[in-house]
Amino acid sequence: MKNISLTIDEKNVKAQEGMTILQVAQSSDIEIPILCHHEDLEPYGACRLCTVEIIKNDKTKLVAACCYPVEEGLIVKTCSERVDKIRKIILELLLPLAPTGTLYALAEKYGLCECVKKSDEESEWRMIKELRFPAEKPTYCTLCGLCVRYCAEIKKGNVIGFIGRGVDRKVSLVPEENCGFCRDCENICEGGKFFSLLEL
Amino acid sequence: MRKLQSTSDMEKLRKELLRKQDSSKSCISICSGTGCHAYGSEKVVSAFENELKKQKLEGKVEIKRTGCHGFCEKGPIVVIYPEEICYLQVKIEDVKEIVSRTIKAGRIIDRLLYTDLKTGKVVHESEIPFYKNQTRLIFGNNRKIESKSIEDYIALDGYNALGKALSEMTPKKVLDEIKKANLRGRGGGGFPAGRKWESVCNAPGEPKYVIVNCDEGDPGAYMDRSLMEGNPHSVIEGLIIGAYAIGSHKGYIYVRQEYPLAVENTELAIKQAEEYGLLGKNILNSGFDFTIKIHRGAGAFVSGESSALMSAIEGKVGEPRPKYIHTSEKGLWDKPTCLNNVETWANVPFIINKGADWFKTFGTENSKGTKIFSLVGNVNNTGLVEVPMGITLREIIYNIGGGIPNGKKFKAVQNGGPSGGCIPETQLDLPVDFDELNKVGSMMGSGGMIVMDEDTCMVDIARYFVKFLSQESCGKCTPCREGLRHMLRILDNIADGKAAEEDIKRLEELSEFVKEASLCALGQTAPNPVLSTLKYFRDEYDAHLQGECPVKVCKELIQYYIDPEKCKGCGLCLNKCPTGAISGEKKGVHTIDVGKCIKCGACFEVCNFDAVSKISGKERNLKELTYN
Repeated sequence: MKNISLTIDEKNVKAQEGMTILQVAQSSDIEIPILCHHEDLEPYGACRLCTVEIIKNDKTKLVAACCYPVEEGLIVKTCSERVDKIRKIILELLLPLAPTGTLYALAEKYGLCECVKKSDEESEWRMIKELRFPAEKPTYCTLCGLCVRYCAEIKKGNVIGFIGRGVDRKVSLVPEENCGFCRDCENICEGGKFFSLLEL
Repeated sequence: MRKLQSTSDMEKLRKELLRKQDSSKSCISICSGTGCHAYGSEKVVSAFENELKKQKLEGKVEIKRTGCHGFCEKGPIVVIYPEEICYLQVKIEDVKEIVSRTIKAGRIIDRLLYTDLKTGKVVHESEIPFYKNQTRLIFGNNRKIESKSIEDYIALDGYNALGKALSEMTPKKVLDEIKKANLRGRGGGGFPAGRKWESVCNAPGEPKYVIVNCDEGDPGAYMDRSLMEGNPHSVIEGLIIGAYAIGSHKGYIYVRQEYPLAVENTELAIKQAEEYGLLGKNILNSGFDFTIKIHRGAGAFVSGESSALMSAIEGKVGEPRPKYIHTSEKGLWDKPTCLNNVETWANVPFIINKGADWFKTFGTENSKGTKIFSLVGNVNNTGLVEVPMGITLREIIYNIGGGIPNGKKFKAVQNGGPSGGCIPETQLDLPVDFDELNKVGSMMGSGGMIVMDEDTCMVDIARYFVKFLSQESCGKCTPCREGLRHMLRILDNIADGKAAEEDIKRLEELSEFVKEASLCALGQTAPNPVLSTLKYFRDEYDAHLQGECPVKVCKELIQYYIDPEKCKGCGLCLNKCPTGAISGEKKGVHTIDVGKCIKCGACFEVCNFDAVSKISGKERNLKELTYN
């Protein structure tokens, strides 16, 4: 493996060929928000929350950090006005669909909501601004595909899949195939859909 | 059929075929492309066969089922050779007369000819303005050959370029020629084909694959379909030459299942090429092996995206994947893969036969050659047109397309499929090439060209395309899926008159977001129809905010109204109204009960006195007052 040096947020970092921007950032304690990424799974690049700016041949480009392989001399900006705006809209779009702790915690960083203490034990999330993109009703699913991919790649189960296309895309269980009820999908799910799916 | 052993063997076959062709013998060539087929060309063919039998001309006159001629507006098209007499909109009833008068007596039937408004009747196909103003390099042979005959293709110098490449040129030389020609991908992106070939060639990893992308899914576009159906060998020949240059031995042709004739003709063409030894092992004794497999697409628009298409061939769901490592390095089964569009491959034999310098005489500085467009919508001559790059939109729409029908005014032309942009009249003198179209917020795309007249509502158009794309998006990445969902919601509200100024700002913000943040080109270009209509037709959006649809298309913003001055009380509208919304005495003025009206427009269509009209906006409020 070839050693590579690059710049992330004006910090020189070392990496090895084949690593993604996200991997390099994580190993250098630089935080990039993620949702559909899991270190045991193949990079997927669907949620786009890890969008970062790169500068290559004097051109600025937006790429998904979880998928982009690092190159010698690459300049990466993990936050900028452009990047923050994109992440904020992604969270504005996803939060109404899956109003759960993980999403609120991410949204908090972008000034969309705050955690209000109600008592010593209890606190609740409160929106700072009105939601601009409300959902008809929460589905508790961001379609991040973690469950689908975990079941297929790690458990070799293929018990969960996507059905439908475009705005009609959904996650669905195919229980007659060999579901061993390991419930790993439930544990990996950040949106809370699997709780309800498996209970059914 | 014999296996051809060398280029001279092929030359011998070509001479034999040409000798057999009797140029003085009459030939009835009937377009069997999809358009003419739908008009019933197959029945016309049978009628000709029967009629020739009846008039004892069997065997003396040849019948040819050719590929699409392109002038689909006027199908079925029949051309009689050697005179090249072109009859349009031929019906079964015309067949007897054509055989007895034209074939037997050599006389021309005027009523079946094309009528030019200025010059009158036109006898020869190539003199019809629709054809005369085109440059048909790639598409021209479609009408000359029988789609199912490899011999017809060979007789017209088919597979000559392959012979030349294999016997006289090294793979490097072929590659250099394509690079020199600056052939750019006809599928949408316009990426230089030579550079793509070169990176596949240089990428480590074996085997290497070549792919024909025939997953044309744009509404209204059918040029790839017509080439693949009408002249499949031209695409196959290009593919073999490309494979030779790159060093690939396995090719795929990805055809959508919805194109059954393209699948059928391509399958047959591959079989014929194999039998002649133009595919398979040791092609023309050159030591080069190459085979082709057809993959039938399962009908997803997004599968036209190269990485999604490759996933589909692998047997997975056709979803795009990030292409930070190009498919030319890691494509099909993670091997170096060269994917080009049907038309791009079909250009290759021409470049090899006639040279890059010849090819470069067509087109503009950075967009060489010709481009086939599917000219549809509100235009007189609907069909497929091939023009040199750099021709203006005005020339295409008016000189070839014959202008806008019914005396209406031109409003916009939408280029490049659903994710293209709408170009207004002020930009009509724009030269059509890859870069110029991008500059005005549209794109070449695969070559769809939808002409719209003054009765088109641009908000409605933007809504139509966004709806199409939101359903055809794969739904994998958030910006495309959720962004388009909310863009559509806003557009629905605008069309329904329920939006405010801030909704347009939100629409613009979402458009920029979807464009910047989406995973693949489908999402990255999806906002084009919205951004371009906002740019050029902002006043229409503003009117909708004020409750008016200026061209009276958006249902929620219009109302049907009977003019009491014009109504004769004939009762026709009253009888047609499906909801009983119209009332009135015979010979008395009729009125519409707005509460019951479902705005189906039946009354508007049926009125003989122009008494029923559509009203919108302020006018609506005024007229409502006079009603009460």
